Amino acid sequence: MDTVRLALLAGLGVLALAGGVLVFTCDSMARVTFALLGSLCCVGGVVTVLGLPYLGVAIVLMMVMEMVIMAVFMIAYMMNPAGLMPMSMLHNKRGSLLVSGAVFAALVAAVLLTPWPARTGPPPPDTTFQLGKALMGTQMLTMLVLGFALLATMVGATVLATHRGRYDRFGDDLGRRQARDPAGGGVGR
Amino acid sequence: MVEAAGWWPVLVAPALLLAGAVLAVAGDAMLAARYAGRPARAAVAAVPLLEVARLLAQQPRTLPKADRLLWRLGVVTVPVAAVLSVLVIPFGHRAVADLSVGVVWFNAMEVLTWAGLWLAGWGPNAAFSLIGGYRFVAQGLAYELPLMFALISPATAAQSLGVGDIAEAQQGLWFAVWMPVAFAGYLAGVLAFAFLGPFGYPAGRDTAAGVLGETAGVDRLLLQAGRWLWLTSGAAMAVPLFLGGAAGPGVPGWAWSALKTLLVLAVLVWSLRRLPVLRADRYAEFAWVVLVPLTIAQALVPALVVLDR
Repeated sequence: MDTVRLALLAGLGVLALAGGVLVFTCDSMARVTFALLGSLCCVGGVVTVLGLPYLGVAIVLMMVMEMVIMAVFMIAYMMNPAGLMPMSMLHNKRGSLLVSGAVFAALVAAVLLTPWPARTGPPPPDTTFQLGKALMGTQMLTMLVLGFALLATMVGATVLATHRGRYDRFGDDLGRRQARDPAGGGVGR
Repeated sequence: MVEAAGWWPVLVAPALLLAGAVLAVAGDAMLAARYAGRPARAAVAAVPLLEVARLLAQQPRTLPKADRLLWRLGVVTVPVAAVLSVLVIPFGHRAVADLSVGVVWFNAMEVLTWAGLWLAGWGPNAAFSLIGGYRFVAQGLAYELPLMFALISPATAAQSLGVGDIAEAQQGLWFAVWMPVAFAGYLAGVLAFAFLGPFGYPAGRDTAAGVLGETAGVDRLLLQAGRWLWLTSGAAMAVPLFLGGAAGPGVPGWAWSALKTLLVLAVLVWSLRRLPVLRADRYAEFAWVVLVPLTIAQALVPALVVLDR
Protein backbone atom coordinates (compact mmCIF):
# COMPACT_ATOMS: atom_id res chain seq x y z
CA MET A 1 0.00 0.00 0.00
CA ASP A 2 1.50 3.32 -1.05
CA THR A 3 1.82 6.40 1.15
CA VAL A 4 -1.04 8.36 -0.51
CA ARG A 5 -3.54 5.64 0.31
CA LEU A 6 -2.17 5.25 3.83
CA ALA A 7 -2.48 9.00 4.38
CA LEU A 8 -6.05 8.94 3.00
CA LEU A 9 -6.94 6.03 5.30
CA ALA A 10 -5.50 7.83 8.32
CA GLY A 11 -7.22 11.11 7.46
CA LEU A 12 -10.61 9.48 6.86
CA GLY A 13 -10.22 7.41 10.02
CA VAL A 14 -9.49 10.48 12.15
CA LEU A 15 -12.44 12.36 10.58
CA ALA A 16 -14.74 9.39 11.21
CA LEU A 17 -13.68 9.30 14.86
CA ALA A 18 -14.14 13.08 15.17
CA GLY A 19 -17.67 12.72 13.79
CA GLY A 20 -18.32 9.94 16.29
CA VAL A 21 -17.18 12.19 19.17
CA LEU A 22 -19.41 15.02 17.90
CA VAL A 23 -22.42 12.69 18.04
CA PHE A 24 -22.08 12.61 21.83
CA THR A 25 -21.06 16.21 22.41
CA CYS A 26 -23.59 18.15 20.27
CA ASP A 27 -26.86 19.27 21.82
CA SER A 28 -29.02 19.52 18.70
CA MET A 29 -30.49 16.28 17.39
CA ALA A 30 -30.12 17.58 13.82
CA ARG A 31 -26.40 18.21 14.37
CA VAL A 32 -25.97 14.83 16.07
CA THR A 33 -27.60 13.07 13.12
CA PHE A 34 -25.48 14.81 10.52
CA ALA A 35 -22.28 14.36 12.56
CA LEU A 36 -23.05 10.64 12.47
CA LEU A 37 -23.68 10.92 8.71
CA GLY A 38 -20.30 12.61 8.23
CA SER A 39 -18.64 9.86 10.24
CA LEU A 40 -20.33 7.12 8.20
CA CYS A 41 -19.42 8.85 4.90
CA CYS A 42 -15.77 8.73 6.04
CA VAL A 43 -16.23 4.98 6.67
CA GLY A 44 -17.52 4.71 3.08
CA GLY A 45 -14.35 6.51 1.97
CA VAL A 46 -12.19 4.07 3.97
CA VAL A 47 -13.90 1.10 2.30
CA THR A 48 -13.36 2.72 -1.13
CA VAL A 49 -9.67 3.31 -0.45
CA LEU A 50 -9.36 -0.32 0.67
CA GLY A 51 -10.35 -1.30 -2.89
CA LEU A 52 -14.10 -1.95 -2.65
CA PRO A 53 -15.55 1.06 -4.55
CA TYR A 54 -19.05 -0.41 -4.88
CA LEU A 55 -19.41 -1.03 -1.14
CA GLY A 56 -17.90 2.36 -0.33
CA VAL A 57 -20.20 4.41 -2.57
CA ALA A 58 -23.20 2.27 -1.61
CA ILE A 59 -22.47 2.93 2.09
CA VAL A 60 -22.58 6.69 1.41
CA LEU A 61 -25.77 6.28 -0.66
CA MET A 62 -27.62 4.22 1.93
CA MET A 63 -26.37 6.17 4.95
CA VAL A 64 -27.50 9.54 3.56
CA MET A 65 -31.04 8.20 3.10
CA GLU A 66 -31.00 6.42 6.48
CA MET A 67 -29.67 9.40 8.41
CA VAL A 68 -32.21 11.79 6.83
CA ILE A 69 -35.00 9.42 7.88
CA MET A 70 -33.35 9.00 11.28
CA ALA A 71 -33.29 12.80 11.67
CA VAL A 72 -37.07 12.80 11.26
CA PHE A 73 -37.47 10.27 14.10
CA MET A 74 -34.78 11.80 16.34
CA ILE A 75 -36.55 15.14 16.16
CA ALA A 76 -39.97 13.55 16.63
CA TYR A 77 -39.07 11.46 19.70
CA MET A 78 -36.03 12.93 21.47
CA MET A 79 -36.32 15.65 24.07
CA ASN A 80 -34.81 19.01 23.15
CA PRO A 81 -34.58 18.28 19.41
CA ALA A 82 -33.11 21.61 18.33
CA GLY A 83 -30.50 21.77 21.09
CA LEU A 84 -31.80 25.08 22.39
CA MET A 85 -31.20 23.88 25.96
CA PRO A 86 -28.04 22.02 27.04
CA MET A 87 -28.48 18.27 27.40
CA SER A 88 -26.19 15.28 27.61
CA MET A 89 -26.18 12.32 25.25
CA LEU A 90 -24.22 10.28 27.81
CA HIS A 91 -26.00 7.86 30.13
CA ASN A 92 -24.56 5.26 32.54
CA LYS A 93 -21.08 6.70 32.03
CA ARG A 94 -19.08 4.21 34.09
CA GLY A 95 -20.79 1.09 32.73
CA SER A 96 -20.65 2.18 29.10
CA LEU A 97 -16.98 3.20 29.47
CA LEU A 98 -16.21 -0.28 30.81
CA VAL A 99 -18.13 -2.07 28.03
CA SER A 100 -16.74 0.07 25.20
CA GLY A 101 -13.18 -0.16 26.60
CA ALA A 102 -13.42 -3.95 26.78
CA VAL A 103 -14.84 -4.21 23.24
CA PHE A 104 -12.15 -1.88 21.87
CA ALA A 105 -9.36 -3.84 23.61
CA ALA A 106 -10.78 -7.14 22.34
CA LEU A 107 -11.01 -5.85 18.76
CA VAL A 108 -7.46 -4.45 18.81
CA ALA A 109 -6.17 -7.69 20.28
CA ALA A 110 -7.99 -9.65 17.57
CA VAL A 111 -6.46 -7.43 14.85
CA LEU A 112 -2.95 -7.91 16.24
CA LEU A 113 -3.19 -11.58 17.18
CA THR A 114 -5.00 -12.99 14.13
CA PRO A 115 -2.59 -14.78 11.79
CA TRP A 116 -3.63 -12.88 8.64
CA PRO A 117 -2.99 -14.87 5.44
CA ALA A 118 -0.43 -13.46 3.01
CA ARG A 119 -1.72 -12.37 -0.40
CA THR A 120 -1.29 -14.94 -3.13
CA GLY A 121 -1.50 -13.53 -6.66
CA PRO A 122 -2.49 -10.04 -7.79
CA PRO A 123 -5.69 -8.29 -6.61
CA PRO A 124 -8.69 -8.80 -8.92
CA PRO A 125 -9.36 -6.02 -11.46
CA ASP A 126 -13.02 -5.62 -10.52
CA THR A 127 -13.94 -6.27 -6.89
CA THR A 128 -17.59 -5.39 -7.59
CA PHE A 129 -17.93 -8.50 -9.75
CA GLN A 130 -16.37 -10.66 -7.01
CA LEU A 131 -18.71 -9.16 -4.43
CA GLY A 132 -21.72 -9.88 -6.63
CA LYS A 133 -20.61 -13.46 -7.16
CA ALA A 134 -20.16 -13.96 -3.42
CA LEU A 135 -23.59 -12.46 -2.62
CA MET A 136 -25.37 -14.42 -5.33
CA GLY A 137 -23.37 -17.61 -4.82
CA THR A 138 -21.87 -18.75 -1.54
CA GLN A 139 -23.69 -16.12 0.55
CA MET A 140 -27.06 -16.54 -1.19
CA LEU A 141 -28.70 -18.19 1.85
CA THR A 142 -27.46 -15.40 4.15
CA MET A 143 -28.87 -12.72 1.84
CA LEU A 144 -32.24 -14.48 1.44
CA VAL A 145 -32.63 -14.95 5.21
CA LEU A 146 -31.63 -11.32 5.79
CA GLY A 147 -34.09 -10.14 3.14
CA PHE A 148 -36.99 -12.07 4.64
CA ALA A 149 -36.09 -10.95 8.17
CA LEU A 150 -36.01 -7.29 7.08
CA LEU A 151 -39.28 -7.56 5.16
CA ALA A 152 -41.00 -9.33 8.06
CA THR A 153 -39.73 -6.64 10.44
CA MET A 154 -41.03 -3.84 8.21
CA VAL A 155 -44.45 -5.43 7.72
CA GLY A 156 -44.67 -6.31 11.43
CA ALA A 157 -43.68 -2.82 12.55
CA THR A 158 -46.21 -1.24 10.20
CA VAL A 159 -48.99 -3.56 11.37
CA LEU A 160 -48.18 -2.79 15.03
CA ALA A 161 -47.94 0.95 14.40
CA THR A 162 -51.22 1.43 12.56
CA HIS A 163 -54.49 1.05 14.43
CA ARG A 164 -56.49 0.66 11.21
CA GLY A 165 -56.83 -2.67 9.47
CA ARG A 166 -58.43 -3.81 6.24
CA TYR A 167 -61.91 -3.98 7.88
CA ASP A 168 -61.67 -0.28 8.69
CA ARG A 169 -60.64 0.45 5.11
CA PHE A 170 -62.93 -1.85 3.10
CA GLY A 171 -65.88 -2.45 5.47
CA ASP A 172 -66.94 -5.48 7.56
CA ASP A 173 -67.41 -7.75 4.55
CA LEU A 174 -64.44 -6.21 2.68
CA GLY A 175 -66.96 -5.22 0.00
CA ARG A 176 -66.17 -1.51 -0.35
CA ARG A 177 -64.66 -0.68 -3.75
CA GLN A 178 -62.71 2.35 -2.56
CA ALA A 179 -60.84 2.24 0.73
CA ARG A 180 -62.01 4.74 3.35
CA ASP A 181 -58.72 6.39 4.35
CA PRO A 182 -58.17 9.47 6.52
CA ALA A 183 -55.83 10.94 3.88
CA GLY A 184 -56.34 10.70 0.14
CA GLY A 185 -53.83 8.77 -1.90
CA GLY A 186 -52.89 8.96 -5.54
CA VAL A 187 -54.50 5.79 -6.83
CA GLY A 188 -58.18 5.19 -7.40
CA ARG A 189 -59.61 8.48 -6.22
CA MET B 1 -14.19 4.02 -25.74
CA VAL B 2 -14.47 6.43 -22.86
CA GLU B 3 -11.20 7.72 -21.52
CA ALA B 4 -10.23 9.99 -18.66
CA ALA B 5 -7.99 12.78 -19.94
CA GLY B 6 -5.78 15.10 -17.91
CA TRP B 7 -6.92 17.77 -15.49
CA TRP B 8 -8.74 20.16 -17.82
CA PRO B 9 -12.06 18.23 -17.95
CA VAL B 10 -12.32 18.97 -14.21
CA LEU B 11 -12.86 22.61 -15.20
CA VAL B 12 -14.74 22.00 -18.46
CA ALA B 13 -17.40 19.64 -17.03
CA PRO B 14 -18.81 22.12 -14.45
CA ALA B 15 -18.67 24.91 -17.06
CA LEU B 16 -20.68 22.81 -19.54
CA LEU B 17 -23.15 21.89 -16.81
CA LEU B 18 -23.58 25.56 -15.93
CA ALA B 19 -24.06 26.49 -19.60
CA GLY B 20 -26.77 23.83 -19.94
CA ALA B 21 -28.49 25.09 -16.79
CA VAL B 22 -28.41 28.71 -18.06
CA LEU B 23 -29.98 27.57 -21.35
CA ALA B 24 -32.68 25.67 -19.43
CA VAL B 25 -33.48 28.73 -17.27
CA ALA B 26 -33.62 30.96 -20.36
CA GLY B 27 -35.88 28.48 -22.17
CA ASP B 28 -38.16 28.26 -19.13
CA ALA B 29 -38.43 32.06 -19.01
CA MET B 30 -39.34 32.15 -22.74
CA LEU B 31 -42.04 29.49 -22.21
CA ALA B 32 -43.39 31.37 -19.21
CA ALA B 33 -43.68 34.53 -21.32
CA ARG B 34 -45.43 32.62 -24.09
CA TYR B 35 -47.98 31.03 -21.78
CA ALA B 36 -48.61 34.46 -20.21
CA GLY B 37 -49.32 35.93 -23.65
CA ARG B 38 -46.27 38.19 -23.67
CA PRO B 39 -43.92 38.22 -26.67
CA ALA B 40 -41.07 35.69 -26.08
CA ARG B 41 -38.10 37.87 -27.05
CA ALA B 42 -34.42 37.38 -26.21
CA ALA B 43 -34.73 40.08 -23.56
CA VAL B 44 -37.23 37.87 -21.71
CA ALA B 45 -34.68 35.06 -21.55
CA ALA B 46 -32.14 37.40 -19.94
CA VAL B 47 -34.41 38.36 -17.02
CA PRO B 48 -33.50 35.34 -14.81
CA LEU B 49 -29.82 36.13 -15.41
CA LEU B 50 -30.34 39.67 -14.15
CA GLU B 51 -31.89 38.05 -11.09
CA VAL B 52 -28.49 36.42 -10.46
CA ALA B 53 -26.85 39.85 -10.17
CA ARG B 54 -29.63 41.01 -7.83
CA LEU B 55 -29.28 37.96 -5.58
CA LEU B 56 -25.48 38.35 -5.45
CA ALA B 57 -25.88 41.90 -4.13
CA GLN B 58 -28.74 41.09 -1.75
CA GLN B 59 -28.27 40.95 2.02
CA PRO B 60 -28.45 37.44 3.48
CA ARG B 61 -31.38 37.05 5.86
CA THR B 62 -30.69 36.57 9.57
CA LEU B 63 -33.28 34.82 11.71
CA PRO B 64 -33.49 34.29 15.47
CA LYS B 65 -32.03 30.97 16.69
CA ALA B 66 -31.23 29.78 13.16
CA ASP B 67 -28.79 26.87 12.91
CA ARG B 68 -26.49 28.74 10.54
CA LEU B 69 -23.94 25.93 10.17
CA LEU B 70 -26.49 23.30 9.09
CA TRP B 71 -28.37 25.84 6.96
CA ARG B 72 -25.27 26.82 4.98
CA LEU B 73 -24.21 23.18 4.72
CA GLY B 74 -27.57 22.22 3.24
CA VAL B 75 -27.68 25.14 0.82
CA VAL B 76 -24.17 24.39 -0.46
CA THR B 77 -24.71 20.62 -0.67
CA VAL B 78 -27.41 20.79 -3.37
CA PRO B 79 -25.39 22.52 -6.18
CA VAL B 80 -22.10 20.88 -5.14
CA ALA B 81 -23.64 17.39 -5.37
CA ALA B 82 -25.03 18.29 -8.81
CA VAL B 83 -21.55 19.29 -10.01
CA LEU B 84 -19.98 16.16 -8.50
CA SER B 85 -22.56 13.98 -10.24
CA VAL B 86 -21.36 15.02 -13.73
CA LEU B 87 -17.84 13.72 -13.07
CA VAL B 88 -18.90 10.28 -14.31
CA ILE B 89 -20.99 11.45 -17.30
CA PRO B 90 -19.06 11.14 -20.58
CA PHE B 91 -19.18 14.13 -22.94
CA GLY B 92 -18.29 12.82 -26.36
CA HIS B 93 -15.84 10.06 -25.53
CA ARG B 94 -14.32 11.74 -22.47
CA ALA B 95 -15.37 11.71 -18.84
CA VAL B 96 -13.60 13.36 -15.91
CA ALA B 97 -13.53 9.97 -14.17
CA ASP B 98 -15.18 6.95 -15.77
CA LEU B 99 -15.55 5.10 -12.46
CA SER B 100 -16.29 1.39 -12.50
CA VAL B 101 -19.28 2.19 -10.26
CA GLY B 102 -20.39 5.36 -12.09
CA VAL B 103 -24.13 4.67 -11.85
CA VAL B 104 -23.90 4.19 -8.07
CA TRP B 105 -21.83 7.38 -7.80
CA PHE B 106 -24.51 9.37 -9.67
CA ASN B 107 -27.20 7.87 -7.45
CA ALA B 108 -25.25 8.65 -4.26
CA MET B 109 -24.73 12.27 -5.31
CA GLU B 110 -28.43 12.59 -6.13
CA VAL B 111 -29.34 11.22 -2.70
CA LEU B 112 -27.12 13.91 -1.11
CA THR B 113 -29.82 16.42 -2.12
CA TRP B 114 -32.09 14.69 0.43
CA ALA B 115 -29.69 15.70 3.17
CA GLY B 116 -29.08 19.12 1.59
CA LEU B 117 -32.74 20.06 1.27
CA TRP B 118 -33.72 18.70 4.67
CA LEU B 119 -30.91 20.76 6.23
CA ALA B 120 -31.88 23.82 4.18
CA GLY B 121 -35.40 23.41 5.54
CA TRP B 122 -34.29 22.82 9.14
CA GLY B 123 -31.61 25.49 9.36
CA PRO B 124 -33.57 28.76 9.30
CA ASN B 125 -35.80 27.83 12.29
CA ALA B 126 -38.96 28.73 10.37
CA ALA B 127 -42.13 26.66 10.00
CA PHE B 128 -42.77 26.89 6.26
CA SER B 129 -39.15 26.25 5.47
CA LEU B 130 -39.16 23.14 7.68
CA ILE B 131 -42.37 21.92 6.00
CA GLY B 132 -40.60 22.27 2.65
CA GLY B 133 -37.68 20.17 3.87
CA TYR B 134 -39.98 17.43 5.18
CA ARG B 135 -41.95 17.53 1.93
CA PHE B 136 -38.80 16.74 -0.02
CA VAL B 137 -38.04 13.76 2.23
CA ALA B 138 -41.58 12.44 1.67
CA GLN B 139 -41.19 13.01 -2.06
CA GLY B 140 -37.80 11.29 -1.94
CA LEU B 141 -39.29 8.17 -0.35
CA ALA B 142 -41.70 8.08 -3.31
CA TYR B 143 -39.41 8.75 -6.26
CA GLU B 144 -36.19 7.08 -5.13
CA LEU B 145 -37.06 3.39 -5.54
CA PRO B 146 -38.54 3.70 -9.08
CA LEU B 147 -35.48 5.79 -9.99
CA MET B 148 -33.11 3.15 -8.61
CA PHE B 149 -34.80 0.39 -10.60
CA ALA B 150 -34.72 2.65 -13.68
CA LEU B 151 -30.94 3.11 -13.18
CA ILE B 152 -30.37 -0.60 -12.59
CA SER B 153 -32.14 -1.64 -15.83
CA PRO B 154 -29.52 -0.25 -18.31
CA ALA B 155 -26.72 -1.34 -15.96
CA THR B 156 -28.11 -4.89 -16.02
CA ALA B 157 -28.39 -4.86 -19.82
CA ALA B 158 -24.79 -3.63 -20.17
CA GLN B 159 -23.57 -5.92 -17.35
CA SER B 160 -21.59 -3.01 -15.94
CA LEU B 161 -22.06 -0.14 -13.50
CA GLY B 162 -19.65 2.02 -15.52
CA VAL B 163 -21.42 4.78 -17.46
CA GLY B 164 -19.00 4.45 -20.40
CA ASP B 165 -19.66 0.70 -20.66
CA ILE B 166 -23.42 1.30 -20.60
CA ALA B 167 -23.17 3.83 -23.44
CA GLU B 168 -21.04 1.40 -25.44
CA ALA B 169 -23.46 -1.50 -24.92
CA GLN B 170 -26.09 0.33 -27.02
CA GLN B 171 -24.39 -0.14 -30.37
CA GLY B 172 -27.38 -1.84 -31.95
CA LEU B 173 -30.42 -0.45 -30.19
CA TRP B 174 -30.88 2.37 -27.69
CA PHE B 175 -31.98 1.25 -24.24
CA ALA B 176 -34.73 3.91 -24.40
CA VAL B 177 -36.33 1.90 -27.22
CA TRP B 178 -36.59 -1.46 -25.48
CA MET B 179 -36.75 -0.15 -21.90
CA PRO B 180 -39.30 2.66 -22.24
CA VAL B 181 -40.67 2.20 -18.70
CA ALA B 182 -37.20 2.62 -17.18
CA PHE B 183 -36.61 5.70 -19.36
CA ALA B 184 -39.90 7.28 -18.28
CA GLY B 185 -39.23 6.39 -14.64
CA TYR B 186 -35.78 7.93 -14.91
CA LEU B 187 -37.10 11.19 -16.41
CA ALA B 188 -39.74 11.43 -13.65
CA GLY B 189 -36.94 10.90 -11.14
CA VAL B 190 -34.91 13.72 -12.73
CA LEU B 191 -37.82 16.16 -12.34
CA ALA B 192 -38.25 14.93 -8.75
CA PHE B 193 -34.66 15.36 -7.59
CA ALA B 194 -34.53 18.77 -9.29
CA PHE B 195 -37.78 19.56 -7.36
CA LEU B 196 -39.05 21.52 -10.36
CA GLY B 197 -42.40 21.67 -12.15
CA PRO B 198 -44.74 18.84 -11.05
CA PHE B 199 -42.32 17.99 -8.23
CA GLY B 200 -41.94 21.58 -7.02
CA TYR B 201 -44.02 20.67 -3.94
CA PRO B 202 -41.13 21.21 -1.42
CA ALA B 203 -40.84 24.80 -2.70
CA GLY B 204 -44.60 25.13 -3.27
CA ARG B 205 -46.44 28.44 -3.43
CA ASP B 206 -48.91 27.17 -0.80
CA THR B 207 -46.12 27.34 1.82
CA ALA B 208 -44.61 30.65 0.63
CA ALA B 209 -41.90 28.85 -1.40
CA GLY B 210 -41.31 26.27 1.38
CA VAL B 211 -37.66 25.27 1.54
CA LEU B 212 -36.66 28.36 -0.48
CA GLY B 213 -38.87 30.70 1.54
CA GLU B 214 -36.40 31.97 4.14
CA THR B 215 -33.35 32.04 1.90
CA ALA B 216 -32.12 35.30 0.42
CA GLY B 217 -29.11 36.49 -1.50
CA VAL B 218 -26.39 33.96 -2.27
CA ASP B 219 -28.20 31.22 -0.33
CA ARG B 220 -31.24 31.49 -2.57
CA LEU B 221 -29.04 31.69 -5.67
CA LEU B 222 -27.24 28.46 -4.67
CA LEU B 223 -30.47 26.54 -4.01
CA GLN B 224 -32.12 27.76 -7.22
CA ALA B 225 -28.95 27.03 -9.18
CA GLY B 226 -28.90 23.57 -7.60
CA ARG B 227 -32.36 22.84 -9.00
CA TRP B 228 -31.40 23.74 -12.59
CA LEU B 229 -27.95 22.13 -12.35
CA TRP B 230 -29.64 18.90 -11.25
CA LEU B 231 -32.13 19.10 -14.12
CA THR B 232 -29.24 19.53 -16.57
CA SER B 233 -27.15 16.81 -14.96
CA GLY B 234 -30.11 14.42 -15.10
CA ALA B 235 -30.64 15.22 -18.79
CA ALA B 236 -26.94 14.65 -19.51
CA MET B 237 -26.98 11.30 -17.67
CA ALA B 238 -30.01 10.15 -19.70
CA VAL B 239 -27.84 10.25 -22.86
CA PRO B 240 -25.29 7.51 -21.94
CA LEU B 241 -27.89 5.53 -19.97
CA PHE B 242 -30.69 5.37 -22.53
CA LEU B 243 -29.87 7.25 -25.75
CA GLY B 244 -26.70 5.56 -27.00
CA GLY B 245 -24.22 8.06 -25.55
CA ALA B 246 -22.02 9.90 -28.04
CA ALA B 247 -22.67 7.46 -30.90
CA GLY B 248 -24.11 8.95 -34.09
CA PRO B 249 -23.31 9.46 -37.77
CA GLY B 250 -21.49 12.43 -39.34
CA VAL B 251 -20.55 14.92 -36.63
CA PRO B 252 -18.08 14.06 -33.81
CA GLY B 253 -19.12 12.45 -30.54
CA TRP B 254 -19.14 15.60 -28.40
CA ALA B 255 -21.64 17.19 -30.79
CA TRP B 256 -23.98 14.21 -30.47
CA SER B 257 -23.63 14.30 -26.66
CA ALA B 258 -24.48 18.00 -26.62
CA LEU B 259 -27.36 17.63 -29.06
CA LYS B 260 -28.97 14.70 -27.24
CA THR B 261 -28.51 16.36 -23.83
CA LEU B 262 -30.13 19.57 -25.07
CA LEU B 263 -33.04 17.64 -26.59
CA VAL B 264 -33.73 15.78 -23.32
CA LEU B 265 -33.34 19.05 -21.43
CA ALA B 266 -35.80 20.76 -23.79
CA VAL B 267 -38.39 18.02 -23.23
CA LEU B 268 -37.93 18.29 -19.45
CA VAL B 269 -38.18 22.11 -19.46
CA TRP B 270 -41.28 21.94 -21.68
CA SER B 271 -42.90 19.43 -19.29
CA LEU B 272 -42.31 21.70 -16.27
CA ARG B 273 -45.19 24.01 -17.16
CA ARG B 274 -47.46 21.35 -18.72
CA LEU B 275 -47.98 19.26 -15.58
CA PRO B 276 -49.70 20.17 -12.29
CA VAL B 277 -47.81 20.11 -8.99
CA LEU B 278 -48.13 16.69 -7.31
CA ARG B 279 -48.70 16.39 -3.58
CA ALA B 280 -46.10 14.08 -2.03
CA ASP B 281 -48.69 11.83 -0.32
CA ARG B 282 -50.54 11.32 -3.62
CA TYR B 283 -47.34 10.67 -5.53
CA ALA B 284 -46.07 8.30 -2.81
CA GLU B 285 -49.10 6.04 -3.24
CA PHE B 286 -48.84 6.17 -7.04
CA ALA B 287 -45.09 5.47 -6.89
CA TRP B 288 -45.37 2.49 -4.54
CA VAL B 289 -48.51 0.93 -6.00
CA VAL B 290 -47.87 1.54 -9.71
CA LEU B 291 -44.30 2.68 -10.45
CA VAL B 292 -42.34 0.27 -8.22
CA PRO B 293 -43.98 -2.90 -9.65
CA LEU B 294 -43.69 -1.51 -13.20
CA THR B 295 -40.00 -0.65 -12.89
CA ILE B 296 -39.22 -4.00 -11.20
CA ALA B 297 -40.90 -5.77 -14.12
CA GLN B 298 -38.86 -3.55 -16.44
CA ALA B 299 -35.61 -4.51 -14.68
CA LEU B 300 -36.57 -8.15 -15.18
CA VAL B 301 -36.55 -7.71 -18.98
CA PRO B 302 -32.81 -6.92 -19.41
CA ALA B 303 -32.01 -9.56 -16.75
CA LEU B 304 -33.74 -12.24 -18.87
CA VAL B 305 -32.17 -10.92 -22.08
CA VAL B 306 -28.69 -11.04 -20.53
CA LEU B 307 -29.28 -14.57 -19.19
CA ASP B 308 -30.33 -15.70 -22.66
CA ARG B 309 -27.34 -14.03 -24.36
